[in-house]
Amino acid sequence: MADASVTTVEGAVEHHAHEHHGPQGILKYIWSTDHKIIAMQYLFTGLFMGLVGGLMAYVFRMQLAFPGISVPGFGVVSPHEYNALVTNHGSIMIFWVAMPVLIAAFGNFLIPLMVGADDMVFPKINRLSYQVFFVSAVLILASLFVEGGGFGGAWTAYPPLSAQGDYNLSSLGATLWLIAVALEFIAFLLGGINFITTMMNSRAPGMKAYDIPLVCWMIVIASILFMLSVGPLIAGAIMLLFDQTIGTGFFDPARGGDPILWQHLFWFFGHPEVYVVLLPALGITIDIVATFSRKKVFGYKIMLYTVVATGVLSFFVWAHHQFIAGIDPRMANVFMVTTLLISVPIAELCFVVIATLYGGSITLNTPMLWALAFMAEFLLGGVTGIFLGATGADIYLHDTYFVLAHFHYTFFPIAIIGTFAALTYWFPKMFGRMMNDTLGKIHFWGTIIPFNFIFIPLFVLGLGGQHRRIYDFQNFPELAAMQPFRVFATMSLIVMLLFQLVFFYNFIQSLRKGPKAERNPWKANTLEWTTESPPPHGNWPPDQLPRVYRGPYEYAHPDREEDYWPQNLPA
Amino acid sequence: MESLIQQASSYAGSIDGVILLVGWIVGFWFIAVEGIFFWLIWRGRAKPGVKSQYITGKEKHLKRWITWPHALVLVCDVFIVIGAAKVWYDIKLQLPEADSTVRVIGQQWAWVFQHPGMDNELDTADDIFTTDTLHVQNNRTYHYRLESRDVLHDFSVPVFRLKQDAIPGRSITGWFRPTVAGTFDVQCAEICGIGHGVMGGRIVIEEASEHAAWIAQNSTSAQ
Repeated sequence: MADASVTTVEGAVEHHAHEHHGPQGILKYIWSTDHKIIAMQYLFTGLFMGLVGGLMAYVFRMQLAFPGISVPGFGVVSPHEYNALVTNHGSIMIFWVAMPVLIAAFGNFLIPLMVGADDMVFPKINRLSYQVFFVSAVLILASLFVEGGGFGGAWTAYPPLSAQGDYNLSSLGATLWLIAVALEFIAFLLGGINFITTMMNSRAPGMKAYDIPLVCWMIVIASILFMLSVGPLIAGAIMLLFDQTIGTGFFDPARGGDPILWQHLFWFFGHPEVYVVLLPALGITIDIVATFSRKKVFGYKIMLYTVVATGVLSFFVWAHHQFIAGIDPRMANVFMVTTLLISVPIAELCFVVIATLYGGSITLNTPMLWALAFMAEFLLGGVTGIFLGATGADIYLHDTYFVLAHFHYTFFPIAIIGTFAALTYWFPKMFGRMMNDTLGKIHFWGTIIPFNFIFIPLFVLGLGGQHRRIYDFQNFPELAAMQPFRVFATMSLIVMLLFQLVFFYNFIQSLRKGPKAERNPWKANTLEWTTESPPPHGNWPPDQLPRVYRGPYEYAHPDREEDYWPQNLPA
Repeated sequence: MESLIQQASSYAGSIDGVILLVGWIVGFWFIAVEGIFFWLIWRGRAKPGVKSQYITGKEKHLKRWITWPHALVLVCDVFIVIGAAKVWYDIKLQLPEADSTVRVIGQQWAWVFQHPGMDNELDTADDIFTTDTLHVQNNRTYHYRLESRDVLHDFSVPVFRLKQDAIPGRSITGWFRPTVAGTFDVQCAEICGIGHGVMGGRIVIEEASEHAAWIAQNSTSAQ
């Protein structure tokens, strides 16, 4: 193992340096450059924001089920508050929950540990990334309480509504919302630099490109997709900011601008963004499925190349969000073809995960249940997307609850199921204690069953012609009769939210009193399981950084008695 | 589809047809894949003393279980593209001869409808303006000119399966042909501000004599 320490000697020196001069006490948790602490910061901020987003959903779902009532804990929901709640629910769940938790928290925690590095390549940029993110989170929350209320023009922020205070009646809220989103992008660009560089340059000796665990690849590919797609939207956001504040007219037709331009800039980012959050969740799923079915991933390279293909294709599909938005109708069928083509690699990804189960020896514990649920539920989200990608069908389904149910069947598995899968799987490594499996399973079923009961009725409502972002359907005679579906969905949501208490109880209790976790409680192969739980500052003792001899998924290898073969064990 | 919402235009049936075509195809895939998925979980559940199999994914006899379905997905896509593109072509790229033309104007937060008067010509002195109620004649082909006075709106008539964004600064032309008499919802389908939730309207589809009477009554009173 001597040569292993030679190659990382620089990192080791630096690591000693900040151990001596680094901040102490509580400041250690605020001002640290340790990737694990930054991961925790992102994780807890993301979970907190998830709670906020979930409670927002509770408020507006109550309004939809029982229009005009005083919602317990909130009061009567005014039309503007309703719009602000749905807008910020969407923005928060994507930008302040899915991204910080899946990419930033798990990317930060896992990438250095999984590639055998002592920290990120640029620890200070990493800290800056969280700090910018924190400011953006404060701004988006503050925007709800300013004069005029929060921004209520939907998370897509289409101008002219978003561009002019005369139209949205919440000009300060809209500006703060926009600045918060722009800052969030900057935070993730800074974080992405680190993920990409660390995985490319700081791998343990012996770790070749195809020995990297898939979840690391997924987070890095997601970061690259994000970097490539977000530029146009940042430019667009600044144009929109100028329209809002200094009276330019980029998106104002009265002054020669074009509102459709924003839609192109937004969705050119917006569609790859779906894959930016999907990929980490998929990577988490495949790693957990491999571990608990004791199987090598069925086709590591197939997986990797299909993900790259999906990423490339995702840059050519954006206009499927705009079929009836006033773009040239001749363009629509071109985008339908590219959109439906994406079903090929995505289907392939699903097949690979499913094929990995073949011949396995499957243990259904809490993390595995979450990982399998991701696959089962995401599949419904995937196939319902085909309806919307098909131009002829989208004329009717566009902007209905069918769309809403469709993307919740993709985003919920990604942001919520993926998060719980990762959290329950890596909890022992992150906090050094085991979670309670029984409570974990109660929480699992208490989340998954109500989730389906929330969104299946919404598919029906959407097919029945119910449009999104309307605060009271009693105004529409044809829709009023479908009220029982709305009540049922809302009740299911309340049940699901209540079951989250089980999770928080389990989380806190396990953190305090859970049995101590050994280094490798799941008998997994990847490098993070070779160090202590939780890993010390620097991850491994400086002279014992791991060396890699094989790929990450060598389970049940015929040459070996035991059914796993850690990456760092010499042959 | 029809049990959920009535079909009241000449093309509602073909849009529902695409939805059903996609429904059958993806329904088959969904059930097949979920079935195999749960079967594999059940079959592979851990048994004491039984080791899992070492499979790399390079075995030809196993790999074809991925490559064939994967090719089949592509074939299904082709059917869906053809079905959907044809309907799209008929509805959005064709403009059948109009029997009459109406103007639909979205504004925060109401619909303004401009009907031609007795002369059946738009933009003449006898035009009839209404707010929130559009009157049309059954079995007659209409062109609509869709405009907006402020922000984006979306003219949606669910029973027609008709939906089109209205954009300030542009006039977008489309068409519809009602096939059932009655009164139906018009919704705004693009968020347009505080009043978006109340920006509903009604479309009244009348038989010829009834419609003629309505035109006669209102175009005279308008003058």
